[in-house]
Amino acid sequence: MGNKQTIFTQEQLDAYQDCTFFTRKEILRLFHRYRDLAPQLVPLDYSDKPAVTLPYELIGSMPELKDNPFRQRIAEVFSEHGDGNMTLDDFLDMFSVLSEMAPRDLKAYYAFKIYDFNNDDYICKSDLEKTVNKLTRNELTPEEVSLVCEKVIYEADADNDGKLSLADFQHMIIRAPDFLSTFHIRI
Amino acid sequence: EDKEGDESKEEDNGSQPNRASRRKNYQRKNRDGKKAREEGNQKKDRGKTAPNKDQKESENKEKKTTKRGKEGETKQKKDRKNSTSSASSNSSDEESLSEEELAMLKEQVEQKKKLISTMRNKPWRMVKKLSVLREAQNFVEKFEGALGKGKGKKLYAYKMMMAKKWVKFKRDFENFKTQCIPWEMKIKEVESHFGSSVASYFIFLRWMYGVNLVLFGLIFGLVIIPEVLMGMPYGSLPRKTVPRAEQATAMDFSVLWDFEGYIKYSALFYGYYNNQRTIGWLKYRLPMAYFMVGISIFGYSLMVVIRSMARNANESTADGDDDNFIFSWKMFTSWDYLIGNPETADNKFASITTSFKESIVDEQESNKDENIHLRRFLRVLANVLIICCLCGSGYLIYFVVKRSQTFSKMQNVGWYERNEVEIVMSLLGMFCPPLFETIAALENYHPRIGLKWQLGRIFALFLGNLYTFLLALMDDVNEKLAEEDVVKNITHWTLLGHHNSSAGNDSTVTPPPLDPADVPRGPCWETTVGIEFVRLTVSDILVTYITILVGDFIRACFVRFVNYCWCWDLEAGFPSYAEFDISGNVLGLVFNQGMIWMGSFYAPGLVGINVLRLLTSMYFQCWAVMSSNVPHARVFKASKSNNFYMGLLLLILFLSLLPVAYTIMSLPPSFDCGPFSGKKRMYDVIQETIELDFPLFVAKIFSYVANPGLIIPAILLMVLTIYYLNAVSKAYQRANAELKKKMQMQREEEKNKRNNKASTNPMLQDLEDLLTPSTKTESPLKQAEDKKIESLNGTSPVRKPGRGEVLAGSPMAGGRGAAFTPPSQVFVAQPRTLGVRAPYPGQPRPWGHPLGPVPGRGRGQPCY
Repeated sequence: MGNKQTIFTQEQLDAYQDCTFFTRKEILRLFHRYRDLAPQLVPLDYSDKPAVTLPYELIGSMPELKDNPFRQRIAEVFSEHGDGNMTLDDFLDMFSVLSEMAPRDLKAYYAFKIYDFNNDDYICKSDLEKTVNKLTRNELTPEEVSLVCEKVIYEADADNDGKLSLADFQHMIIRAPDFLSTFHIRI
Repeated sequence: EDKEGDESKEEDNGSQPNRASRRKNYQRKNRDGKKAREEGNQKKDRGKTAPNKDQKESENKEKKTTKRGKEGETKQKKDRKNSTSSASSNSSDEESLSEEELAMLKEQVEQKKKLISTMRNKPWRMVKKLSVLREAQNFVEKFEGALGKGKGKKLYAYKMMMAKKWVKFKRDFENFKTQCIPWEMKIKEVESHFGSSVASYFIFLRWMYGVNLVLFGLIFGLVIIPEVLMGMPYGSLPRKTVPRAEQATAMDFSVLWDFEGYIKYSALFYGYYNNQRTIGWLKYRLPMAYFMVGISIFGYSLMVVIRSMARNANESTADGDDDNFIFSWKMFTSWDYLIGNPETADNKFASITTSFKESIVDEQESNKDENIHLRRFLRVLANVLIICCLCGSGYLIYFVVKRSQTFSKMQNVGWYERNEVEIVMSLLGMFCPPLFETIAALENYHPRIGLKWQLGRIFALFLGNLYTFLLALMDDVNEKLAEEDVVKNITHWTLLGHHNSSAGNDSTVTPPPLDPADVPRGPCWETTVGIEFVRLTVSDILVTYITILVGDFIRACFVRFVNYCWCWDLEAGFPSYAEFDISGNVLGLVFNQGMIWMGSFYAPGLVGINVLRLLTSMYFQCWAVMSSNVPHARVFKASKSNNFYMGLLLLILFLSLLPVAYTIMSLPPSFDCGPFSGKKRMYDVIQETIELDFPLFVAKIFSYVANPGLIIPAILLMVLTIYYLNAVSKAYQRANAELKKKMQMQREEEKNKRNNKASTNPMLQDLEDLLTPSTKTESPLKQAEDKKIESLNGTSPVRKPGRGEVLAGSPMAGGRGAAFTPPSQVFVAQPRTLGVRAPYPGQPRPWGHPLGPVPGRGRGQPCY
């Protein structure tokens, strides 16, 4: 295979392959996707690790994300400072977790973080309401929303503290038949 | 391990203090050793921001294990020396120390390696992953060489190097493999437009293509190409020559289109093959190869299907029928992250909203069932209608096939008469499913159950049609067999025994005095069957493509362009755009595959046609979907993980195996065509090979093995094994269910306990939940008021729902959510103002009463 690429050093590529679920080619493709978002910002040589960060507006406009109601949350969860602005590392991280190969537990962990809107390590009722409203584009009446949230907490809250902890969430999501097939972005 | 245990017991009897002191010693030593070892790491460690927990833990563990190991070893030494002085053991430690250190180091290196290989599974930031990875790699690099000693050292280093190379090779191979997967981007594009369910059809198609490619390789590599390269050329034998009567028209397109003429007498069909035992300078045993390939096609397909089914079953740990988490799953898994198209996203939003509304309604009306008799009657009626349809279509096909047999005897029949069977079957396949759908509207099933029923019915239709077709074909074959006997005599007398010399041994065939084109020949039923299947497949391909072209593309064009000048909105109104029919397409694919499996024994070229079909289908359908279909309004679950389609495929495979096996085992092959001509049965070819090509004892062994006295017990044993394994799996299932129930019960119990503990004053809590911002100042007042309410009601805090509440709203709305609905908010607001202004005792009661039970049930109290 051609060693013509000069974007990364071989060690970098190997390290990325160890840290993500991507092959060499996919990593390069992802880099190009990343670079295409802002060609003037991202250099073509990453071997000296330039500190480039792309703003959320660019990340969120990717076709893979732009129709996703949770795109802002996804970007926030994977960005370093929680503001949705991403470095290449964050970018690779994000698509690695959302790739087909990522194991259930890892996906569940990040899904929990995505649905935890207020970052308090619990999915509480307000988080659930936000989720439902995003999923249905505010089509449901407030009573219906709150009924749904009640039911979710009733179903999944094993330790009965009125909110879902990570353990509750994992317990529930691991049994879901189509979690793996839907919580993934092919790039 | 047990030795150590014994020793430790001894130790316990004897020198307790001694041991303690020694341990201290070891500990110190351990620490020293560690210090020395870690000096190298020091700089790195300092550079690291936060030492990771895993590493520390593993180190701790190591410390413990090595300590124990050391103890054991020194104890051994002590036993050997028969002395208990700590000094002596201490001195003996000096030499074992390095070994221990090495073991520890080795373990640590292993640990690091494991860390490296599982790095991608860690939920860390990339920066951290990278730094930890680098560190671990450096560590491994540094200490890997130091391991092992003396002679072992080199070997160890070599092994390490090979392991590294192996990892690198594996990675490269993995990279290569993912590059080889075809159509990845195409499928991705479809996926982003239509979500995962439509893409699952294309993934299934791709999988099918792979399987067919293997079958194609088998047949072409082992049967067709050897025959073409090394077999007798065209025109050398009667079976390889177009008869004189047909020669004038053999190249006409209309004849070729019916797979007659030159195509019929080509290597694509069974009849072309010669029964010569070996061909060419390789002495290739073609009849044997033909038979084995025919069997291995089924064997390979069975293996692949079952393996992928098993993998699917393993992957889906989830049991979909678990209805504990209806709402949770809806909330957290219903969005398809693959969607990258605004239109699909709109549809998805709409479908999620409807599904939420549906389940809310289901929740609220779970035990409301009106007019069950009417529904039952309608369902029975629908089933009767559908059975009538099935029978009708079956009869129609039987009738048509019978008629086509009389047509085939007549001369100069028209195009329609010749293709009647295929046309009728295709039309039935086109019009029956929508008819079923219409009838199914009577039944009013839940859409998912409805879909299953619909699929089952279409499956029954196709299957019925296929088997009627087979039965009619069988009649045909029997007729041909009778005809053959007559022809055989004629041929026999015509050739005056010349023909006989070609059967049997592999001496060169004496050329018959006649031209091969003039020899009278039998009907060759195998080729007829093969031609029927090929024609069916081809007409199926054409019908599918034309349906797509007309039903999807032309319709889309019409809707798109005529919409500018039409009375109503075509896009939103009646014709609109077509949806992609996933289930229908998958079923079509499955049936097509069944036909291939059935036909490939008698028409080896059929698999080639199928490969072409799948290839074009991939591009054509991808294009059609992207250009003229709209995403589903109702989105179904992705079928990739469920085994439903695979089950259908397996069933079809089995059903297509039956007729082929029947013909191989119990019909005599034609006397003048095909690789098995001249034999009584097709499987005789195996016996022949064993007798002539293998040493005698193999034949003997084979005859022993084929003895029914051995086969019947073997089958019995297999049946018993299946029974036993089945019973075991049932038992596991039961245990699983039991455990699940137990967990559920435990959870409920816990909830109840907490509820009782927490709900000394549930109403207060509830009110506080509701009115958090404003109640703070009024809480003492309200508390008093609540107490009053409680005392007035005079019941325990957790109560059954009152009658008034049931009347007021639906029972299922009685969760805590009920408190959030507007009416309740109104009355919640009321007592507050009351409480502030005029808290007199009698008033709160009517308001407080319906509120009472609400918190109890909302907090997970089961409905009694």
